[in-house]
Amino acid sequence: MSVEFSFLLVQALSGLASASSLFIIASGLTLVFGVTRIVNFAHGSFYMLGAYVAVTIVPWLLQIERSPTLFFIGVLISACVVGVLGVLMEILLLRRIYKVPELFQLLATFGVVLMVQDAVLHIWGPMDIAGPRAPGLRHGVMILDQRFPAYELFLICAGPVVLGLLWLLMHKTRFGILLRAATRDRDMVGALGVNQALLFTGTLFLGAFLAGLGGALQIPRVSASAQMDLSIITEAFVVTVIGGMGSIGGAFLAALLIGQLQAFGVLIFPKITLVLVFLLMALVLVVKPWGLLGRPEAAPASAMPEGIASPRRFRVFEKLLVALALLAAAMLPLFGDAYAVKVATEVLIFAIAAFSLNFLVGNGGIVSFGHAAYFGLGAYASGLLVTKLGMPMEPALIAAPLAGGFFAALFGFFIVRLQGIYLAMLTLAFAQIAYAVCFQWVEVTGGDNGIVGVWPSTWAASRIAYHYLVLAVAVLGIFALRHVIYAPFGASLRAARDSAPRAEAIGIDVRGHRWLGFTIAGAAAGLAGGLYAFSKGSIDPTLLGIPLSVDFLAMILLGGMQSVMGPVLGAAAFHSIKDVFMPLTDHWRFLLGASIIALVLIFPRGLGGAYASLRARFAGGAQ
Amino acid sequence: MGSIIFGRRALLAGGAGLAAAAAGRGAAAQGAPIRIGELNSYSRMAAFCIPYRNAIQMAAEQINAAGGVMGGRRLEFIFRDDGATPGDAVRVAEELLTRENVSFIAGTFLSNVGLAVADFANQRKRLFFATEPLSDAITMAQGNRYTWRLRPSTFMQTRMLVEAARGKPQKRWAIVAPNYEYGQSAAANFKRLIGGAIPGAEIIAEQYPALGRIDAGATVGALAQARPDAIFNVLFGPDLTAFVREGNTRGLFERRFVLSLLTGEPEYMIPLGDETPEGWVVTGYPWEQVEGAEHRAFVEAYRARFNDTPRKGSLLGYVTVQVLANMLNRANSLDNEVLVDTLRDLRSDTLVGNVTMRGIDHQGSMGTWVGETTQRNGQGTMRNARYVDGTDYMFPEEEVRAARRA
Amino acid sequence: MTLLIVENLNKNFGGVVAARDVSFSLAAGEMLAMIGPNGAGKSTSFNMVGGQLRPDSGRVMLEGQDITGLPPRAISRLGVGRSFQVAQTFLSMSVLENLQMALIAYAQRTRDMLARADALFRDEALELLDQLGMADAAARPMNTLAYGDVKRVELAIALAGKPRLLLMDEPTAGMAPGERAALMRLVAGIARRAAIGVLFTEHDMDAVFAHADRILVLVRGEIIAAGTPEEVRANPEVQRVYLGTSGLRAALRARAAAHG
Repeated sequence: MSVEFSFLLVQALSGLASASSLFIIASGLTLVFGVTRIVNFAHGSFYMLGAYVAVTIVPWLLQIERSPTLFFIGVLISACVVGVLGVLMEILLLRRIYKVPELFQLLATFGVVLMVQDAVLHIWGPMDIAGPRAPGLRHGVMILDQRFPAYELFLICAGPVVLGLLWLLMHKTRFGILLRAATRDRDMVGALGVNQALLFTGTLFLGAFLAGLGGALQIPRVSASAQMDLSIITEAFVVTVIGGMGSIGGAFLAALLIGQLQAFGVLIFPKITLVLVFLLMALVLVVKPWGLLGRPEAAPASAMPEGIASPRRFRVFEKLLVALALLAAAMLPLFGDAYAVKVATEVLIFAIAAFSLNFLVGNGGIVSFGHAAYFGLGAYASGLLVTKLGMPMEPALIAAPLAGGFFAALFGFFIVRLQGIYLAMLTLAFAQIAYAVCFQWVEVTGGDNGIVGVWPSTWAASRIAYHYLVLAVAVLGIFALRHVIYAPFGASLRAARDSAPRAEAIGIDVRGHRWLGFTIAGAAAGLAGGLYAFSKGSIDPTLLGIPLSVDFLAMILLGGMQSVMGPVLGAAAFHSIKDVFMPLTDHWRFLLGASIIALVLIFPRGLGGAYASLRARFAGGAQ
Repeated sequence: MGSIIFGRRALLAGGAGLAAAAAGRGAAAQGAPIRIGELNSYSRMAAFCIPYRNAIQMAAEQINAAGGVMGGRRLEFIFRDDGATPGDAVRVAEELLTRENVSFIAGTFLSNVGLAVADFANQRKRLFFATEPLSDAITMAQGNRYTWRLRPSTFMQTRMLVEAARGKPQKRWAIVAPNYEYGQSAAANFKRLIGGAIPGAEIIAEQYPALGRIDAGATVGALAQARPDAIFNVLFGPDLTAFVREGNTRGLFERRFVLSLLTGEPEYMIPLGDETPEGWVVTGYPWEQVEGAEHRAFVEAYRARFNDTPRKGSLLGYVTVQVLANMLNRANSLDNEVLVDTLRDLRSDTLVGNVTMRGIDHQGSMGTWVGETTQRNGQGTMRNARYVDGTDYMFPEEEVRAARRA
Repeated sequence: MTLLIVENLNKNFGGVVAARDVSFSLAAGEMLAMIGPNGAGKSTSFNMVGGQLRPDSGRVMLEGQDITGLPPRAISRLGVGRSFQVAQTFLSMSVLENLQMALIAYAQRTRDMLARADALFRDEALELLDQLGMADAAARPMNTLAYGDVKRVELAIALAGKPRLLLMDEPTAGMAPGERAALMRLVAGIARRAAIGVLFTEHDMDAVFAHADRILVLVRGEIIAAGTPEEVRANPEVQRVYLGTSGLRAALRARAAAHG
């Protein structure tokens, strides 16, 4: 098949139109990150709201007169409405949590995502809503012998126009100059006596406005649906990371790159769209650890790191608590019903996974957005051995941590070379690549249907027997990991987290230690995944997915990432909240999101942190 | 008290006792209600699942008002969100069975969720009436004694469409399908069947955009470049709207024959509005055109009760209750082994006429409507639509035997 | 044998010369100061010796062994301790744990997953703290210490590796004047007693002229003068580009105080 020039041209134009749309959205995200350092998951929700508001307002305006002017006025009004919603989020939520650890801010914005999803369903109903086409831009334009939508030609221009306007704003206005200054050095701007609250509110308005604009501009192309938030947010993150967090020019470049890659990628690998952008991100980060145009994050001024400080041994009272909890878990089958046993089993499994994640995040300062990958790969290892090779449960369970550890070592080799948000995004990229392989390799993994028939050996088949098996493994696993945290290796990870230059200067191979830590955490997550597979009887790619990774993060944050045993508490709390709300209402995600936000606001250091300060107050009062 | 009530009978007895105390007053039906656990993606797939639940509630109310089932017992559905992931769904199924003491479970939308729950039901030896998941695997390779499916599968619906294309002159076909199991297996079924209906037909291009994330411009461009005579489309929902708009503007569908799965279902047709293409051959549910007093009464009742027009999900929910009620009346027992045996080749009179649960693969013979898309008053609808009974479009028996033995 | 020999180190950053043919040597027990205006390339030269930067060309020899371009951890294991311009310690740990960590690293037991870190090397750690007059603060969390004390703990951490060479990048930066003198006296005492070579950069001329045995003067990446404090003070070139009159006066005063 000969490929003629006109086709290539039009395909490139299609890529440019997508790039333009993507850039408008990503520019808002990168701006908000640059100034506030908040990884705003809710940015995708703003995009979705932009589309929903537009499909409501624009048809109403077009009833007055079907003119292009009114269409674009409607789009701008929608963007402004969303901008105001951004301001509301800043004032009601973010402003209260600027002082809490960055990960908590991320979790709070994730709570907003959940709430907005259900709010949208409630307000606009479950049906997709198709917006009107733009008057005057409905037709196709002949480009050589190919027809190309006029509206997309308009979009191609819109991206650079937004870029230009942003440039003018950033360089010609006081607000913009402050924004740039804050992106470089936040404390500096505060020291200059600038009203920081106002600056941040303005930034959130601008960020949400851009997201809303991106969404509103899409209505002639796609219908507004309740899933559009999550589908855009990962891509927007990829663009900002490839471009370099905080760099608007970088976002533009990255969007162009991704747009063209998608447009031509589908010609060569029609199934690769699932993973293409993540492959690109992984590649860019391995070669350029700060993105294309990002600058290295200034080494954080010697601030107290977030996470586990010197771990204390259990005191008598705490030993009692642990013993009680163990006793409760062991006795549960006697007084709880069958379902309670099942839930407890799951909590224990998630507790291992959460503990292993906090081993990385809390103890090592290595934030992973993709921890579910190792959990899922462990599950797949077990499941494949049982179903494909007919192995019994016992060896399959041993294979789970090996698989988790192997892939953690493989991916970790590249991951531990990076720092901060870039490291986190590379963990996400590898997780998505692993997800895509499990999803796509239908012959082996069963694709998205997954694998069924992964049941325990006969002796462990009953709920109760399996509960005891999981309890035993969880106690062993968690206490082994806990021991490592107290051991020189755990201390070395903390040392590297506190000050990498100092750790290197006393002879610690920081990268090597992080790599080993990453591998150990991956192995533990893999073990949890194996146990999970046998508790459910089936595995599928959602076990490697971003939502589960976010769940794990939520668990450690709710539990308190600075406490050693907090993640166990967090796993129990998170799972219980979900389990209580899910049967209550269709809008359980709203309640889950609201409780996450409430917990972040009430316990900004997690339940473990709340316990620690309670104990401190108690001890203080007793003296 | 015994540690855990594992015995099914003991469990049911306990459940019945509890439920009897709470039995509704004034209901026409007498005796302990029959509790059925229904789990579905009410949150994630609300567009399909909520009309489905509405109709189930309506059908159950109607049956209860008319005296219930099994000699006067009320039908009671316990609805749960399945979280749209297999892990959550299996836990919810467990909760329904152990804590809510339901007699059996029904529902699920996504194929991976349906398969996981099916395997779970097999492990626990409890009936699972899979209403919505389309995956062929549920009744074929991964079918089991306890799992039955009502809705026509991917294979059946594809086969109906291919039959509608029989003898057409178009030989060069392009496929566009969402990149997940449903899309992939529809494409595979199509590749397998099209040669039989159109000798010499060949697939010259395939596009598999990620579900919910289609890059419509690039996809339409790539398809147009291959210059096919005809297109087989499996996209639905937001992907479909974006694809159709882009294709309309770029002229992809001009002078091309299009077969399209599910596009005629109101769930996916309504958002297309005045963009609905002319003359696509689709499967769907033209509720306003369906003849028969019983169906008209259903539409009237549904509109009166919910102030909305019925969707495909509504129809499916209603038929589900009809089949389940028939099963319960015939079995006159809640023993799941008896229920499963009763379902074998069970014939039920439903809104869509006779539906038989075929014994060899546990697939219902419920069909769907095949027709052409058209526009009326700026809204999409179907013309020349006819109900195609599923019986003749199921997997051949020998194939079923080979697949289910494995 | 000479402890440290640095030969013709060069480093460019995107065309800007940060070090040009920097050469010097340092004997055991000697205190060598590197001074120069801001941006003269002190930190660059320093970090090339410590392994934080890889030179474009040139050699660094430690007791006859070529350590050019080795990573910091390897250089550390060869007996080079260092302190940073902004003190780098383990803030989440207690003072004692900081020292224990350094000793664990020196013993190459950082991969040990069995022992309990808080039980290892306690006595040795306390001994080191005692040497620096910090024993009372052993149990205090690092982040509650005054900056001067943080600097002392950092020095203790550097000494935990029993270094032959100590690299100190502005050891007294950010300290009160009284503390500065005390810290420099402490360093000088330890260095002489244990025959540790000390290479340090410093802005505080009092400290330099009071304690350095020899001084290197860097300007725009080049050494323009080297020698004893007296020689450097007498060098007219140095006076012109760097010391100025006020600096010179300070240097004289410091010398008088130290030896008076």
